[in-house]
Amino acid sequence: METNTVIIGLAGVLAAAAPVLFAVIGETITERAGIINLSMNGTILLSAMGGFAVANETGSLLLGFLAGMAIGTLVALLIAFSSITLHVSQVAVGFVLTLLCRDLSYFLGAPYMNIPGPRLPSSLLLNLGPGETSPVVEWLVRLPVVGPLLFRQDLMTFLSILVIFSAWVWIFRTRPGLMLQGIGERPAAAFVRGANVNLMRYVYTAIGGAIIGLAGPTYSLSIKAGWMGTISGLDGIGWIALSITIFGGWNPLRAAFGAYLFALLQWLGLVLQPSLPNIPSQVLQVAPFPLMILTLLLVNISNTEWVERMMAAMPERLRRLIAKLLRALRASPPASLGVPFESE
Amino acid sequence: MDVELRDVHKTFGAVHANVGINLHVPAGTIQGILGENGAGKSTLMKVLSGFIRANQGQILLDNRPVIIHSPADAIRHGIGMLHQDPLDFPPMRLIDNFVLGHEGGLFPNRTTAARDFTLLASQFGFSLDPDAYVDALTVGERQQLEILRLLWLGARALIFDEPTTGISAAQKEKLFSALRLLAEQGKTVLFVSHKLEDVEGLCHRVAVLRQGHLVGETKHPYTTEKLVEMMFGKAISVGERNPCAGCEPTLSLHNFSAEDYRLKVRDVSLEVCSGEVIGLAGMEGSGQGLFLRSVCGLVRAVDGRISLHGKNLTGRSYHAFKRAGTAFLPAARLEEGLAAGLDLTEHFVLAEKPSGFFVNWEESRQLAQSRIAAFNIRGTPVSTVESLSGGNQQRALLALLRVPLNLLLLEHPTRGLDIESAIDIWSKLKERCKQGTSILFISSDLEEILQYSDRVLVFFSGKVTPPLEAAALTTEALGQLIGGKGWEDFALGKGA
Repeated sequence: METNTVIIGLAGVLAAAAPVLFAVIGETITERAGIINLSMNGTILLSAMGGFAVANETGSLLLGFLAGMAIGTLVALLIAFSSITLHVSQVAVGFVLTLLCRDLSYFLGAPYMNIPGPRLPSSLLLNLGPGETSPVVEWLVRLPVVGPLLFRQDLMTFLSILVIFSAWVWIFRTRPGLMLQGIGERPAAAFVRGANVNLMRYVYTAIGGAIIGLAGPTYSLSIKAGWMGTISGLDGIGWIALSITIFGGWNPLRAAFGAYLFALLQWLGLVLQPSLPNIPSQVLQVAPFPLMILTLLLVNISNTEWVERMMAAMPERLRRLIAKLLRALRASPPASLGVPFESE
Repeated sequence: MDVELRDVHKTFGAVHANVGINLHVPAGTIQGILGENGAGKSTLMKVLSGFIRANQGQILLDNRPVIIHSPADAIRHGIGMLHQDPLDFPPMRLIDNFVLGHEGGLFPNRTTAARDFTLLASQFGFSLDPDAYVDALTVGERQQLEILRLLWLGARALIFDEPTTGISAAQKEKLFSALRLLAEQGKTVLFVSHKLEDVEGLCHRVAVLRQGHLVGETKHPYTTEKLVEMMFGKAISVGERNPCAGCEPTLSLHNFSAEDYRLKVRDVSLEVCSGEVIGLAGMEGSGQGLFLRSVCGLVRAVDGRISLHGKNLTGRSYHAFKRAGTAFLPAARLEEGLAAGLDLTEHFVLAEKPSGFFVNWEESRQLAQSRIAAFNIRGTPVSTVESLSGGNQQRALLALLRVPLNLLLLEHPTRGLDIESAIDIWSKLKERCKQGTSILFISSDLEEILQYSDRVLVFFSGKVTPPLEAAALTTEALGQLIGGKGWEDFALGKGA
């Protein structure tokens, strides 16, 4: 393969991962607070349709994306209300909502099927405003490798990268983020430390939902512009994002790694297909999934007894090193995920 | 800090958990709060630490009345509480646990926090690594972390809820010296416990709660009898033995042998009189559990004869033993003895002889009500068994037994219970003995074995002593046998 093709391909991977990233980071934030938003698959479809429809009617891309966020927030608030206030099973409500939103998107989206609509400019920096592009931008875009890889990306790709880092900083570096971890882990202890657990759960579920709601319009207004109903190819993305959330161990950076890995594997499947005619195309398409499961197993291997026994036999220094490494890799869900909280 | 409670009342529905409590704790005091389970200690401490609001009454800190809205509010007033199960975040680092809940800017400064942490820790002689994870700590170390955290938040009065449960003796010493140091620094320590020895060894003053009332206060030095009397409202008497001579045997074992994949209990011969109590002593897993389970047919004996009231039951199933009047109460009350999720009424329905296809719920509820009263269970007919405390679960198990019984087999009947529950359980058991039931019980508490048994069998890795007269045994002698010493005197393997 030519270097240029590879770079353009990788740039495509970054862009293609953007909606998955929104979904994954949104879900990570939600689950960190102890709420499972299982409606993601439906939310993505409905927000894709809604975002496209609004942008189409108003001619405003901004309103399209805002509509997507509003839909995501609304669905998330439904889940929050039913689980936090009504103590209904989050899993049941999430499942029903995912089905409802999916079918609703097909039904309501019928008038917008296969019509051309607005589309996000394919490069943010080259379309910053009317007139000449500034020389700095010109220089950035023309840089070898990083130019096409980073600086020709569209707004949502930039935003997705920004979301990863801000979510990570928020959760692991700030005071409220620390409390967010506590709320998902042990709400009673967070309450003792002064948190309004249920209010915070509402807030984070809504924020997470809004971010998830960005995933849909990123498809329908950029990557797969337009609305194509059942053949949009968006059905299933939400479930993948859900598994990447788990893969990512509720850590935005790891989750981002998972999302990029997934996008990369899918792209590899596409590019390698012509050069590997002996392998059925389906194998390469499905390959990312078992690979992710394998990684997941590897990551949690330190929980098993035989590893512990093996490690006990190692020399002390090696054992400590490996224990530290495995500890850093290990991820366990927030202990109170899906468990309602009531202060006495 | 000077802490004063004035006329605190708290009710939960019909239960009056705290009745007009007045308590004044001057600064620099270690105040013990003593009482049995359910006496109202926890409720009172929850009121003080902001978990619940009292229905009536006042809290004064340094003579200023305050209203405490929440635990976070309490700590702002300088009151911190350590819960029995430390309320921390196990998968997070110590330093994150330490910082969490501390107010300040958006980005906490872990470096200065870690410096404060190490400084505080060295003051108390705690060695904790701020970068370690909490789930790698013992309960004692997690307590230490909580103490440091609360002090860092500015706590001047600290409440400890049963802090000596689940920590090692060495950690207990460390905790106690930390508490003494706190008192010297002028902080107020409230030490909630039902363990007399802890309270006697540590506290400057003790307040005793019973059934929601503050029944008395006393100062160091204490007399144990006085404290026990205040706690339970009566002096506790030790049950008398029923020396049994020449009566008709209930259970007879002849060369009885049982085995599982790692232990063999061989050739036990034993005659148990009606109304006799036999204690089975030994380290856990020395064969006494296997023996007890084979005596009720749960494990089939491999050799020998067993008969109940002259009826040969050798090789029969558990149900045959049950029909012959045997009952077995396992140590795992909730897991093996009761059905978690069912309420007391449902348990009584299941335990009674079935009459008809449909359940008469009205009648069953009345039955449950009467048994609950008779056995002194703190619960209602609709309480699920897992909501009961350990002592009440054990009482419920006893209440479920059919009335005439020939043989009652118990595993650790009072494990995890407070003194009063234990005494209550044994008085119920002794009542059964008077009606002719023989009892075999396992206990790892030597005092309990010596106090309640008529004769004792000691187990050591499958070996069994002949029945020993409990009255002639001492704790030391029993301890040696359990540890495998002094067995030369017995013709091993052969029972009496």
